[in-house]
Amino acid sequence: MGALVIAEHNNVMLNIATLNAVAAASKLGSVDILVAGHECQAVADAAAQVMGVSKVLLADAGHYAHGLAENLAPLVVQLAAGYSHLLVAATSNGKNVMPRIAALLDVAQLSDIISVVSEDTFVRPIYAGNVLATVQSIDRVKAITVRTTGFDPVAATGGSAAIEKVPPGPDAGLSSFKGEELTKSSRPELAAADIIVSGGRGVGSAENFAIIEKLADTLGAAVGASRAAVDAGYVPNDYQVGQTGKVVAPQLYVAVGISGAIQHLAGMKDSKVIVAINKDEEAPIFQVADYGLVGDLFKEVPALIDALSK
Amino acid sequence: MEREAMEFDVVIVGGGPAGLAAAIRLKQLATEHGHELSVCVLEKGSEIGAHTLSGAVFEPRALDELLPDWKTLGAPLNTPVTEDRFLFLTEKRAFRLPTPPPMHNHGNYIVSLGNVCRWLAQQAEALGVDIYPGFAAAEVLYHPDGSVKGVATGDMGRTKAGEEGANFAPGMELHARQTIFAEGCRGSLTKTLFERFQLRSGVDPQVYGIGIKELWEVKPDQHLEGLVSHTIGWPVDQATYGGSFLYHLENNLVAVGYVLGLNYSNPYLSPFDEMQRFKTHPAIRETFSGGRRVSYGARAISAGGFQSIPKLTFPGGMLVGDTAGFLNLPKIKGSHTAMKSGMTAAEAVFELLRVDDKIGREAVDYPHRLKNSWLWDELYRVRNIKPAFHWGLWVALGYGALDTLVLRGKAPWTFRHTPDHTSLKPAAQCKPIDYPKPDGQLTFDKLSSVFLSNTNHEENQPCHLTLKDAGVPVRLNLAVYAGPEQRYCPAGVYEFVEESGQQSLRINAQNCVHCKTCDIKDPSQNIDWVTPEGGGGPNYPNM
Amino acid sequence: MKILVAVKRAIDYNVKARPKSDGSGVELANVKMSMNPFDEIAIEEAIRLQEAGKAQEILAVSIGSAQCQETLRTAMAMGADRGILVQTDEEVQPLAVAKLLQALVNKEQPGLVILGKQAIDDDSNQTGQMLAGLLGWAQGTFAAKLDVQSETLEVKREVDGGLQTLSLKLPAVVTADLRLNEPRYVKLPNIMKAKKKPLDIVTPSELGVDISPRLKLVKAAEPAARAGGVKVADVQELVAKLRNEAKVI
Repeated sequence: MGALVIAEHNNVMLNIATLNAVAAASKLGSVDILVAGHECQAVADAAAQVMGVSKVLLADAGHYAHGLAENLAPLVVQLAAGYSHLLVAATSNGKNVMPRIAALLDVAQLSDIISVVSEDTFVRPIYAGNVLATVQSIDRVKAITVRTTGFDPVAATGGSAAIEKVPPGPDAGLSSFKGEELTKSSRPELAAADIIVSGGRGVGSAENFAIIEKLADTLGAAVGASRAAVDAGYVPNDYQVGQTGKVVAPQLYVAVGISGAIQHLAGMKDSKVIVAINKDEEAPIFQVADYGLVGDLFKEVPALIDALSK
Repeated sequence: MEREAMEFDVVIVGGGPAGLAAAIRLKQLATEHGHELSVCVLEKGSEIGAHTLSGAVFEPRALDELLPDWKTLGAPLNTPVTEDRFLFLTEKRAFRLPTPPPMHNHGNYIVSLGNVCRWLAQQAEALGVDIYPGFAAAEVLYHPDGSVKGVATGDMGRTKAGEEGANFAPGMELHARQTIFAEGCRGSLTKTLFERFQLRSGVDPQVYGIGIKELWEVKPDQHLEGLVSHTIGWPVDQATYGGSFLYHLENNLVAVGYVLGLNYSNPYLSPFDEMQRFKTHPAIRETFSGGRRVSYGARAISAGGFQSIPKLTFPGGMLVGDTAGFLNLPKIKGSHTAMKSGMTAAEAVFELLRVDDKIGREAVDYPHRLKNSWLWDELYRVRNIKPAFHWGLWVALGYGALDTLVLRGKAPWTFRHTPDHTSLKPAAQCKPIDYPKPDGQLTFDKLSSVFLSNTNHEENQPCHLTLKDAGVPVRLNLAVYAGPEQRYCPAGVYEFVEESGQQSLRINAQNCVHCKTCDIKDPSQNIDWVTPEGGGGPNYPNM
Repeated sequence: MKILVAVKRAIDYNVKARPKSDGSGVELANVKMSMNPFDEIAIEEAIRLQEAGKAQEILAVSIGSAQCQETLRTAMAMGADRGILVQTDEEVQPLAVAKLLQALVNKEQPGLVILGKQAIDDDSNQTGQMLAGLLGWAQGTFAAKLDVQSETLEVKREVDGGLQTLSLKLPAVVTADLRLNEPRYVKLPNIMKAKKKPLDIVTPSELGVDISPRLKLVKAAEPAARAGGVKVADVQELVAKLRNEAKVI
């Protein structure tokens, strides 16, 4: 009995979050990937390359184009018989579909796991990450969503899985896709960004915040801020990362001119890698930063932008 | 502005021990006499107990009178005091002193006063009291004849700039035949009543202390359930009035706190840092080793006692509990007197309302009854203890012994108080204090402490810490007193920041734990603490 | 149309949770509890639909201990017309919640069910999807905007990187995300009125639902404090570390 990972994709490209889910699945046994979509052969081909994948199941039909849970869930339920574990990355699509699958299978779901203890026991954050729960499932099939920061992605290449076509199920006719407005700006949404650059009171003024934005654009990152910077009026409230703002967990968090008050740390401590740039070497932010750079941000940030642009 | 209004017989402002005891007593009397009586309690905290902070060793005397069967009703008085310790600390050593008689706690209980209030609220609701947490009484309403008509709750949903936001909901008027103000120490409405009705004329100014408290879960081998321990001496000098408490509750919980008189003179003093430093004493620190801090909070207390009690009644209303100032300082207890004053007020109000329907009457029988109760006698006897500290710790201890043991509080003299905001010396005459850096294990910084108080305020609302003159913080406080608000505030609300070479005061109102110290200690009384949106402030569990 | 809204009594969002020292669960004694914030948004949305004439009745449902009545009273003070409490002191996990709601939906026949997208205690983010699956209804999760028509519902959803619009056949299940609306303040007189609105209590066994848990909590622990890393000398070293060691850029 192996694990089936539901691929996250846009019919053209395999979303790399899938590689984190495969990493979690690899700890549980052999891994198959389901690519359900429309005209998505390229995705299946990419999935077949993923390290450690045994088989790619390809279900191609118009009503799978947008990952609608009403259509996708019955398909997975039908395929589930051969698997002990069903996994998907905890993206908005993954979170949307997996509980529906679990309910149809009459099994519980384990949400947002960050580590695998054994084949039936997992660790997942609860209470906004303030508590880590180790949870054991008694169900035959474990339905799981995987928090991507919990697992290093497996290599996207090096595998050579066979691709097997599976017959699509019917269109449930319950829902239809109308459109999508992806955020136009090159800058991603704070809550979903892989990289975030945040500025604090050390930035000094609203005008100076441009330097933070420039670094963010260089990294393709979202822009965040500490409450001190928001309170000081440098940026609007919705930039705020922290206990009373957004709780984020990107791959890379760059804190610039942020002292690291606990309210701020509460909002970003689950980031995979934290970088701090601050002139005060005693600043608490350095106690959580993987890489700390002590220096004047008005000198270091432009230098960093330069170095990154090379 | 047109506001909706609701009518009650009695409106009580504040859901602490005094307000809830008053509510319960009113309903008991109404039931006894078969009288319809509507009683409403307003509480600015998000729930009853959310803003309640006390040591606390609880003397059950008033509770015994109010609800004699409190045990069967499940009152959370779970930890009888088993031992009293009284220590004098020097920097390195601790000396056991005989426990002063007022601090003998046999028969008392170590409690979370917040949990006691939660339980009292249940009793009150069972008797038919309407309790509304999350609504702050923001304004006193008056009849044309000048008598109190009730209170209005604050507007909800005003923006930072004071404009009506998308979800704006105007405040409500609550009209009452009698309004009982039970706001706790330094009530913001009480302050306006003092002025309007000249309630403080002929009495001493109120004086205050700030109490800072932490709740710890300690290792079982450090826990001695029922132990009550107090210290005086280090870390403050003998001219400063301060002392600690350490109470061992149930479930390996230890409440530790430090109370400091707000008449201190060195503007560099930081009550918060004194509290942190206190925990590092060799005789104390072991208690916390391997434990974890689970909560934090601070609150001012009224310490003036007998000679600072204001006139208690005015047409249409009265003051009960610590907003009037019934704390017994040598006992360091005020919940039993707060409750007793609430109960006594309730009895007077009930008699008044039974007689006639006239509005705006004054419950003059309340102070009369109070003067004939044990509360008055208790406060009279200890009236000279706190002022004696004016001469320093040792004289005060000596005087305290003489006054308590020999004179038994019946000395033919009464010492006077001076207001706390006048006691600061200019910074130039004082030495900065070098406090140790927090280690994150035993000692902490202010922000990680506020974090544990679960404090929050809706961000987009007018600042509730208002300045009469925005220039005073830099011109006077910073220039002369080195910005004492940065240090006396236990929540990091006040910060002087430099922007383009100019100093300015930043007020992080969101951090405010509603302790009221700034309203008390600001040297020119420039800070006026007003109620923020209801529900804002700390959310203390088990404090 | 009748709208059913599920509301959960959860730890207040201002309160920091901590595990019990023996790891057996989360310390909740005397901690402030409130309606789960996302459920408040769900109730608000239902009220707005009612105010816009799209719904006739709003039924609030809560599941749990007797104290959940307070949560239902809050929902009714906001504007819900009546409440049902499925009362139990047992732990009720998302699948069981979905089954209980399914049973109530079958009884009450609402045209729309709105839930919060997740509760801020267990952070499961499952119940709405599970309920939709059990009912065989369409689901509009993480809703940022609703447009209810006669037979269908157009829902804008918060998805990674933007917004997606779906058309759902009614009846449907919707879960509310943060930007759907900003809940109103509860007014004092409405709290008094809410005390008089009907509140029925049923039990899981009366609804014929087995709520026995499928997941067992082995341990609740505090996350390990993040250890500080290294100080880098300059930006060149920083970029090199980010590229070669951390591999995040």
